[in-house]
Amino acid sequence: MHINHVEESRVSQAAGGGVKGAHLVLRGLHKHYGGRSVLDAVNLEIVPGEFVAVVGRSGCGKSTLLRAIAGLEKPDGGRVRIGGGAQPEVRMMFQDARLLPWKTVLDNVALGLANGEDRARLALASVGLEARAGDWPAVLSGGQRQRVALARALVHEPQLLLLDEPLGALDALTRIEMQRLIETLWLERGFTAVLVTHDVQEAVVLADRILLVEQGRLAMDLPVGLARPRARGSAAFGALEKQVLDRVLDVRHSDMHT
Amino acid sequence: MRRRLETLLAPLAPWLLPVLLVLAWEAAARLGWLSSRILPEPWAVATAARDLALSGELWAHLKVSLWRAAAGFGIGAGFGLLLGLLNGSSRRAATLLDTTLQMIRNIPALALIPLVILWFGIDEAAKLFLLAVGVFFPVYLNTFHGIRAVDAGLIEMARSYGLRGWPLYRDVILPGALPAILVGVRFSLGLVWVLLIVAETISAQAGIGYMTMNAREFLQTDVVLVGILLYALLGKAADLFALGLERRFLRWNRAYL
Repeated sequence: MHINHVEESRVSQAAGGGVKGAHLVLRGLHKHYGGRSVLDAVNLEIVPGEFVAVVGRSGCGKSTLLRAIAGLEKPDGGRVRIGGGAQPEVRMMFQDARLLPWKTVLDNVALGLANGEDRARLALASVGLEARAGDWPAVLSGGQRQRVALARALVHEPQLLLLDEPLGALDALTRIEMQRLIETLWLERGFTAVLVTHDVQEAVVLADRILLVEQGRLAMDLPVGLARPRARGSAAFGALEKQVLDRVLDVRHSDMHT
Repeated sequence: MRRRLETLLAPLAPWLLPVLLVLAWEAAARLGWLSSRILPEPWAVATAARDLALSGELWAHLKVSLWRAAAGFGIGAGFGLLLGLLNGSSRRAATLLDTTLQMIRNIPALALIPLVILWFGIDEAAKLFLLAVGVFFPVYLNTFHGIRAVDAGLIEMARSYGLRGWPLYRDVILPGALPAILVGVRFSLGLVWVLLIVAETISAQAGIGYMTMNAREFLQTDVVLVGILLYALLGKAADLFALGLERRFLRWNRAYL
């Protein structure tokens, strides 16, 4: 893995990303629980600064894929290579915000930082929650908690941000706000992002590329060519959303007959 | 105006029933329904308490009892906390120790009295041993369970943010287990007085239990009642102390505000 880092960071610099975004390569990634294969020979390359959305039915292996990239699951075979400096910063946002309830908002953001209070304040400001720094997480709304979790991830200036359905539990309006916030911060900072979602519209709004995972395999790799910021109402947007949704649903349909 | 009066009186509401009971008791004694041999009137109890306080006897006994309770609680709860933390954190330690502790737990502490007297005689050590054994288990069980029940998602998150070893323990595991630990502490603080009463009846030379037993010999029912009421007050004080700990350490938890 170490040999590859030099080469990888050169690639990311050549791509104009500097160390802002990590270069991610998966080769023949395998994972099985019991006899069941959850990830089956997954090959994937994500260039620095790219925003990739992974969609699929629940239980298809998309979360496992993300957790394997994050190092939270040990794959049974294959390799995960993350390039971008000697120690690329990889941060993960979970479906539940996972804030420590006994720490104030500010201390949650500063978790794992040495003397990071000022940086934590800046990160809180970037998600618009500097006024809540002294509050307990218990008094925040679901959307605010996820913004704190986002600030906690961003304060480490990640080159790779992994998002495991972080907006799944939010109401529709808050979700749209969060999508805008994530897009803005991503455009500003240029990190590589991998978003797992079951919301096809969310994938079309945010991603440069949409991947479909089916039974542990990558079944579709679709580039999204729409200009940003993307208007949900446009015909091109609607057509793409329908295309992806039909492809996802098609599996469910054929599955019911087998 | 009426609302203001209500907010002023609200803190007094829990005391309404005890005050009414005491009044009824006083009335019953004055009307001769109650013999003073069975239950002296509250006024006599109050006078007895005042006399004991003025002679200094009350404070001497109180000091001895408080010291015993504090020492017994400190030893028992301390060991309970340590072993709970150890067994909660390490599967290996739990496999080795937990079964044994669970077997010991099922022996009532008071059933050990004959053995304890044989081992430690009738000195302080015997009393402290009884208190410590009784207090140990509520703290141990709640700590053990509290550590095991810490949200695995939070631990995973903290690990992914680079927390290992002591920082992980200090910032995630201990605070996560604290509500359960404090339940154990609160339960133990209540239990320590019950055990103290029994322990002090084993031929003590001082202490509220001794004062009460002694008064019984001389049929001083008013002093006996002073002792009993003291236990009630001390129990309440210990509970308030435990509540204070919860308020202080669990501020983040809405259930304790």
